[in-house]
Amino acid sequence: MALRPTSALLRSAVLLAAAALALPSCFTDRQNEGQKLYANHCASCHGDQGQGLRRLIPPVAGADYLTKYRDDLPCLIRRGQQGPIIVNGVHYNQVMPGHEDLTDSQITNLLNYVQSAWGNKGEKYTIREVSELLDRCQGSDGQ
Amino acid sequence: MMSRFSFFRSLLGLATAALLLPACQSATNKQTAARLPYLGEPEVAAPGDTVYPRIPSFTLLNQDSVTVTPATLAGKVYVADFFFTTCPSICPKMSSEMLRVYEKYKNDPRVSFVSHTIDPEHDTLPVLRDYAQRLGVQNAQQWHFVTAPRDTIYNLARKYMAAVQRDKTAPGGAVHNGAFALVDPQGHVRGLYDGINPQEVDRLLKDLPVLLDEVAPTKATAAK
Repeated sequence: MALRPTSALLRSAVLLAAAALALPSCFTDRQNEGQKLYANHCASCHGDQGQGLRRLIPPVAGADYLTKYRDDLPCLIRRGQQGPIIVNGVHYNQVMPGHEDLTDSQITNLLNYVQSAWGNKGEKYTIREVSELLDRCQGSDGQ
Repeated sequence: MMSRFSFFRSLLGLATAALLLPACQSATNKQTAARLPYLGEPEVAAPGDTVYPRIPSFTLLNQDSVTVTPATLAGKVYVADFFFTTCPSICPKMSSEMLRVYEKYKNDPRVSFVSHTIDPEHDTLPVLRDYAQRLGVQNAQQWHFVTAPRDTIYNLARKYMAAVQRDKTAPGGAVHNGAFALVDPQGHVRGLYDGINPQEVDRLLKDLPVLLDEVAPTKATAAK
């Protein structure tokens, strides 16, 4: 009788330990990869909240460009962007660098984050679709 | 008997010290808070005669094609930084943080801003003008976006203690650390802040009124 609480305690401790061991394998770094990629590659120009910077850098939050030019976005990220563009009726003209270092699946995660963050409700992409769209600029790495 | 008395005395001494210390400390704190330090390696000309480095004279050209010299900034406190318009990494962050300070002091004739391009080959006057206007700075009355020969800019950057280096492999041909320098009317650097860190820029926003007050003291009671 006196042993029971102890064994229950032990059992739950073992369970907890097992859960703690199992957890990291559940939550890999791939989780929230898009958000992390945005923070590392995009946020310093486009802003933490996708707000852009005045008439210098276009916003990605609430940007009509994301739905209007959805099919062009994978290549825009891969190859960068130059020359005048219009976002939400505002004219911008800055150079955006390309990202040769990202895999197709990273570009997919990044785009899906952008299409769904800050109230954006754009259509998401599959990796396969992004790879196909990247073929337009010979930008698919097949990964 | 004697030792007990001295024990009491030292206890009393300690207690008095403990009572006095906080008063002392807050007094010194107040003094240091009211005056910003002079930054840079001082030259000691003679004992008791310390000379802090000053920004040397310069001739720059701003986005309105107007010459900017120390005379342009006479009597003013200013914030200086080094950037380039095509910088894809930290510059937009710097610009948006500088914008925060600018908007707080907009139309205040006591405060100016000087942003130096470190890529003068690309950042011609029309490019600087376009950049400024897109940021919402309509003219160079208060915020100068300036250019000069590359060596002039890079030498000045060192004086402002901004780490700027040529790097052919980096986009724009240079790397830099995004420092903001707060400069007094005598050309002394009185504060350095990491221009991409909002908390650091908050510190600049706290230091600015301190320096302004040193330059033209307001009557302490009248201000509140």
